[in-house]
Amino acid sequence: MNLKRKSAIFIALLVSLLLVISGCGTKAPATSTPAPDAAKEKIKVAYVYVGPVGDAGWSYAHDQGKKYLEEKIPEVETTIIESVPEGADSERVITQLAEKGNKIIFTTSFGYMDPTINVAKKYPDVTFMHNSGYKTAENVGTYFGRIYQARYLTGIVAGKTTTTNTIGYVAAMPIPEVIRGINAFTQGVRSVNPEAKVKVVWTNTWYDPAMEKDAAKSLLTAGADVIAQHQDTPGPMQAAEEAGKFGIGYNMDMSKMAPKAVLTSAVWNWGPYYVKTVEAVKNKTWKNDQYWGPMSEGIVDIAPFGPMVPEDTKKLVAEAKEKILSNKWDVFTGPIKDQTGAVRVPEGQVMSDQDMLSFDWFVEGVDGTIPK
Amino acid sequence: MSIQEFLIPLLAAAVIAGTPILYAALGELITERAGIINLGVEGIMLVGAVAGFMVAVTTGNPWFGVLASMLAGGAVALIHAFLTITLRANQVVSGLALTIFGTGFSGYLGKAYIGIPVEKPFTAMPLGPLADIPFIGPIFFQHDALVYISYLLVLLIWYYMYHTRPGLNLRALGENPAAMDALGLNVFYLRYIYVVAGGALGGIGGAYLSLAYAPSWLENMTAGRGWIAVALVIFALWNPWRALMGAYLFGGIDALGFRLQVLGIQMSPFFLKMLPYLFTVLILVFVVARQKGRLSEPGALGLPYDREER
Repeated sequence: MNLKRKSAIFIALLVSLLLVISGCGTKAPATSTPAPDAAKEKIKVAYVYVGPVGDAGWSYAHDQGKKYLEEKIPEVETTIIESVPEGADSERVITQLAEKGNKIIFTTSFGYMDPTINVAKKYPDVTFMHNSGYKTAENVGTYFGRIYQARYLTGIVAGKTTTTNTIGYVAAMPIPEVIRGINAFTQGVRSVNPEAKVKVVWTNTWYDPAMEKDAAKSLLTAGADVIAQHQDTPGPMQAAEEAGKFGIGYNMDMSKMAPKAVLTSAVWNWGPYYVKTVEAVKNKTWKNDQYWGPMSEGIVDIAPFGPMVPEDTKKLVAEAKEKILSNKWDVFTGPIKDQTGAVRVPEGQVMSDQDMLSFDWFVEGVDGTIPK
Repeated sequence: MSIQEFLIPLLAAAVIAGTPILYAALGELITERAGIINLGVEGIMLVGAVAGFMVAVTTGNPWFGVLASMLAGGAVALIHAFLTITLRANQVVSGLALTIFGTGFSGYLGKAYIGIPVEKPFTAMPLGPLADIPFIGPIFFQHDALVYISYLLVLLIWYYMYHTRPGLNLRALGENPAAMDALGLNVFYLRYIYVVAGGALGGIGGAYLSLAYAPSWLENMTAGRGWIAVALVIFALWNPWRALMGAYLFGGIDALGFRLQVLGIQMSPFFLKMLPYLFTVLILVFVVARQKGRLSEPGALGLPYDREER
């Protein structure tokens, strides 16, 4: 083989390899076609996801919401773009979506905040909804859900189930959202079992099934008999299943991955909110609110109980759920003590949203520290 | 908690966490011993993980899954072999491309398999009387079949490399391929074999994650273990026994972090994550200093072999 021919083959191969790679990397926007007889005017709705729909967690939950929207409002025409990195790249993607005539664009990760605001300035007739951020504009609103209310309810189940009075919590990153979740869960546990402790181990991952499973194992060897989690993978639930112990899932119903262990899961349910938002835009009643939806509006919930959950536990959960649904009582109502026993929220007071969004301490009953 | 209660679960967890890395590292070890460096381990593991999972779910038999992961890992490595041996492309570039390719390709293949449980994953099966040996038993002999096979594999590869003629040829292949060629051995053919075999082992490493460690398929579930395997081969100085010890050491680092947290001792996870690479650098410095600049790496590692340039 002479050198010229060889390098020609090599370049051809390299080019074809690159084509394959780029074909896999940038996924073509998937467009779903509405019913052919849709006489009504179409509304184009777009979603930007931070992960693949297949993450079985965060982006998956949003995609379930999108599917619900398509079912309820058949005249929507949706576009999704998966695995969009946060930052400058996302600005280009969002611009493209606006350019293509999408009327409502949901950007579903914290890091899309500034790009969303920037693009919104250039497209005043498009409605932008940013998930989990705090900046709004004329045509940009934000939305999030009070998942801590669901965690409180799952805490009741854990508190009633434990016999060792040690509950393990596999925590993701030391940020207010995760800390708030642990605190709400612990409040739930202690409301039915003041003796129980919630032991926390940090993995500093959102997404490493093997490592998260091992973190759960370390809690199980330390005597925990119920495992809760904040990551997007079912690893901790599998550890509980193998040990013959119990688990509390997150993001979506995890009972399929560990049927003997999962008591229930704290789940996201974005669908109804997406329907409401699209209708509001359609009826021109949309406002640029900062929405932090409570359980009473269906944005968060708990998954169906596993068969091992007894009736009296279900009843306790139902009672607490009713209190939460009435919106007259919330999880962080005083008196609430911190780990040192000092009262942080006095009796009769309710923690403000501002304080909840900047949680940096654990409530009494949590056994663990927050890494600095 | 007594010291035994702390140590035994910790070391047992280290063995499990080290097993996927060990398989991948053994694969990379024989690849590098043949003179080819393959940085596509991460991609190979992912393709192996997804192929193994898909076949295990479809057939209901995890062993078919392992077989599929070997075929898939070997097939991906074959691309590397063709590019680097036949076309003499830059091995580093080809390997990196393979990692990117494997990450995307595995995600594409596995789309429909997310959130599905595997009916019969590999589960722990205590190994008869061996499992009852105090201390040693619970650490080494109360795991799943793939862990036991990895022990045998280390023994086998060590014996093959140092006590058989083809093994001697393998070592020579990475040291001085021209001499092998002069002896009448087909350098190209042999290198193909070892690169593909190395890929097959990397595939099992991936399947261990998706079928035994955390039975499920999730995109990118190897989470960097392929890179740890590459570092491990250097750490082990291309020796299978040291690879075994290194795999458990690297695997044990995370396990240790969690167990210290349970005891109320905080240790920065970022520091722990850094340790495998820090150890590797230290070993390199130590060995180079002691042996006056000569590392025991295969002499012709990374160099394409060209008969016309002999």
